Amino acid sequence: MAIAADAGTVGAMVPTLVEVVDVRQDLPDTVSFDLQMPEPFEFEPGQFTMLYAPGIGEAPISISGDPANHDVITHTVRAVGKVSQALCRLRPGDRVGVRGPYGVPWPVRVAEGGDVVLMAGGIGLAPLRPVLYHLLHHRGRYESVVLLYGARSPIDLLYNQELRAWRSRYDCEVEVTVDHGGADWHGPVGVVTKLLGRAPFDGPATTAMVCGPEIMMRFSARDLIKQEVASDRVYMSMERNMQCGVGWCGHCQFGPKILCRDGPVLPYPAIEELLTVNEI
Amino acid sequence: MSDIAPEQSERRRLVSDFALEENEFFAGMEPLHLERIDALATRQHFGAGMMIFREGESANSWWIIEHGDVALQVRPHGRDARVLQTLHQGDVLGWSWLFPPYQWAFDATTITSTDTLAFDAIALRSAVDADVALSADLMRRFARIVIDRLQATRLQLLDVYGDRG
Repeated sequence: MAIAADAGTVGAMVPTLVEVVDVRQDLPDTVSFDLQMPEPFEFEPGQFTMLYAPGIGEAPISISGDPANHDVITHTVRAVGKVSQALCRLRPGDRVGVRGPYGVPWPVRVAEGGDVVLMAGGIGLAPLRPVLYHLLHHRGRYESVVLLYGARSPIDLLYNQELRAWRSRYDCEVEVTVDHGGADWHGPVGVVTKLLGRAPFDGPATTAMVCGPEIMMRFSARDLIKQEVASDRVYMSMERNMQCGVGWCGHCQFGPKILCRDGPVLPYPAIEELLTVNEI
Repeated sequence: MSDIAPEQSERRRLVSDFALEENEFFAGMEPLHLERIDALATRQHFGAGMMIFREGESANSWWIIEHGDVALQVRPHGRDARVLQTLHQGDVLGWSWLFPPYQWAFDATTITSTDTLAFDAIALRSAVDADVALSADLMRRFARIVIDRLQATRLQLLDVYGDRG
């Protein structure tokens, strides 16, 4: 099921009300919640939905759960605006509106047969988590699987328990760094790009997927290319003011791209020059 | 019979092999320069939690981390030490030996058991003073590290993870 995803119909703008069945407080300002879908719901890693908080408004939120689960979908939301604050107050039994899934997903099929490096910063781990689930479900299709994750401090690490579980696996490499470590932190301190030098991947055979603050993504792309990853094998998930989700309204225009339709995932060469243009 | 003492021979082979095969810092260095630096190198091991140097002490050595993890720390008065950055396998530790007053600006403490190649900075300063080409080569290599770390520090200062909604 794809709820009203056809941009050629009026239904593309009509949300379906679904029930919240679980809520988890990931961080003081960040919540993950599960939605029970009325029909099997399929999405690709990296796609987003428009979530409607009744009476408040809509916001584009990346799906952060397992794409193999077609009954319950998960979103992770950080409270930064009115809609996201309302979504962070959801409790089991509440209902929200859902449209989607929308957008261009991460290139998990393009990456098959080679190494995959995922680079996440802060809450940018949420849109990449479905990729990692996919890679681990289909582990035999990929060579090295590497997750490099940077956060502000140890208490800002998203999905902390899962990070520990992934780190304990023998079939993927997970490295975490923080900008500021306290006395209890014994891991790396520094920017996420510093992890690249030690990560086990073969640059020319690698597909990299990067999600986080734009400045972090710019520097990550630069350093990935230094490690001989082909620039057109570096993908980023861009974020702008998406409102319709189907390419009608133009609010999320980023140069020649309409991000809700042409993105959010784009190859680095398609946006490299735009990333340093202040006016965009 | 070789005229190089066995321990010297081992030392020379040790650093050159490491430099050529493993460490970006020495990549492309003139063999003559490598040899001179090589002669000033020893292996040094530090257990976990050991202080390698302390802020204000004389900077008489520098290190390349072969295995292990090191924290660069600052110790605010009356408070716990704060980690500014961690260094890991292959990283260069220490550049205060290059410029007066030749004193460490921060503390360096091992996080895990750490093996290093340690270089005699006093002797290397003398060698650099007497050899312009070696000086230029080393300065270029250290400048690259300084620039990389400066850029990383600037990113840390931006606190970028607070921005994404």
